[in-house]
Amino acid sequence: MFNRFLVIATCLILSSVSFAAEFEVGQKNKQFTKRSLTIKAGDVVKFTNEDPFFHNVFSLSEIKTFDLGSYPKGEFKTVTFDKKGKAEIECAIHPNMRMTITVE
Amino acid sequence: MEYVYKRFSLAVLTILFLFSNNIFAAEGKYVFKAGHPSLKEWLLPDTVPYPEGNKPNKARIKLGKKLFFDPRLSGDGNMSCATCHNPALGWSDGLPTAKGVKSKVLGRASPTVFNTAYNSIQMWDGRKKSLEDQAMGPMEATVEMNMNTAKLFKWLNSNKEYISLFKAAYPGEKIAAPTVSKALATFERTAISNNSAFDRWVKGDSKAMSEQQIRGFKLFVGKADCAVCHSAPNFTDNGFHNIGLASWGNKNPDMGRYTQRPLRLMKGAFKTPTLREIERTAPYFHDGSAKTLQDVVKHYSQGGVVKTNLSPNMTKTKLSASERDDIVEFMRALSSPYKAISLPELPLN
Ligand code: HEC
Ligand code: HEC
Ligand SMILES: [Cu+2]
Repeated sequence: MFNRFLVIATCLILSSVSFAAEFEVGQKNKQFTKRSLTIKAGDVVKFTNEDPFFHNVFSLSEIKTFDLGSYPKGEFKTVTFDKKGKAEIECAIHPNMRMTITVE
Repeated sequence: MEYVYKRFSLAVLTILFLFSNNIFAAEGKYVFKAGHPSLKEWLLPDTVPYPEGNKPNKARIKLGKKLFFDPRLSGDGNMSCATCHNPALGWSDGLPTAKGVKSKVLGRASPTVFNTAYNSIQMWDGRKKSLEDQAMGPMEATVEMNMNTAKLFKWLNSNKEYISLFKAAYPGEKIAAPTVSKALATFERTAISNNSAFDRWVKGDSKAMSEQQIRGFKLFVGKADCAVCHSAPNFTDNGFHNIGLASWGNKNPDMGRYTQRPLRLMKGAFKTPTLREIERTAPYFHDGSAKTLQDVVKHYSQGGVVKTNLSPNMTKTKLSASERDDIVEFMRALSSPYKAISLPELPLN
């Protein structure tokens, strides 16, 4: 019985560690390279600026509030989405840049 | 071996860097010859965009024009949209900042209406989405037209001429905020600038711009990096930037976009205005602090004045006096021939 518990617990730990996937979203030509993205709770999204000028990434959504400031071409910042739901992602500098991330 | 490879790629990178005029600017994208295909992104779309449910037609333009010029849309009966957006003054007012009800000096400049039709966001702080969205604002604002709108709709609904104008423009719809807004927006969509010397040059007329103006355009998209914000085709990115005006150092400065999006980057950030027809709309900036285009270019050449929350997209390149002249001359090529607007005959009281 105890053994069984151990196995399940190990599996749970392993799954939460090794299955947190990383997704990449670029910022290119004043757009996010993906308009929508579906990920699992715990997954990480990497926002990379591919334009030769500065962008911003922020969200004021219920499941995640963050402001990555601004950074130049080639640089990236990552955000972990822990809660399930929908997040609207925007660039404060260019309001036409927006996308949604659905966390399942 | 690996070391050699690293050395080699470093050398390649250095060479690439040296040979690209300015890797941070868009200059390399273009061939600076009249009519060259690489320049086409600067041409505005042939048809002016409009939202669903408000397709422009003659009756709508006619009604919108009357409303735009009608001072009875204001509380004191003496101020129309055209008071501050005067077509004879580049659809603006020639003032540093607007004067509202009882000539009260307001905090921000009246922007031109020229080509607002092409923009995806309205007002210096972007608080309005569309022209329809914006139109009732000035009447409702107590510091501007200060109109009791209930009274306004009562009057419009009792005025024979307006009743028939609305009926022709929006048959089956009530005379109320949505139809007044749609009519005003439709008229504003006729304020188009798309036939400037620059447009003609882009289309292939090699004589349309002078050598100096072409040099100015090269700087604009290159060394001076203006186009990173004043981008194709309407010379705006519909975005928000703090460009470091002196007034940003005031005690209680205008926070600009921050009032709509409470993010650090947006403190003191304002919407990038179009530069089309710019010669007609002095003075410049949201606070009217630059009297001439020379003053504007000097501001950029020194990289802004108060730099506490300066946009990272502001360049730090100094411009020589002759380069500044070139850019100013280029901006003068952004005006279309003056289109005379006849004053509409307004419905009788
Ligand atoms: C007292 C002067 C005044 C009057 C009258 C006035 N405006 Fe304005 N208008 C302004 C100012 C100032 C702004 C910018 C305000 C801001 O951004 O906070 C503005 C902004 C606008 C904009 C946004 C343009 C842009 O590029 O963002 C439009 C469109 C506009 N007005 C249309 C109108 C219409 C239509 C009317 C009549 C119903 C009108 N205005 C009446 C002063 C005026
Ligand atoms: C970082 C983005 C950015 C860059 C780079 C930039 N501008 Fe601007 N420009 C703006 C914004 C934002 C405003 C309005 C700022 C304000 O009033 O607070 C503006 C305003 C102006 C105005 C006044 C417009 C008006 O109607 O009042 C002119 C003219 C102008 N810019 C020309 C230029 C030129 C020329 C360059 C290059 C030397 C340049 N800009 C570079 C963003 C930029
Ligand atoms: Cu952006």
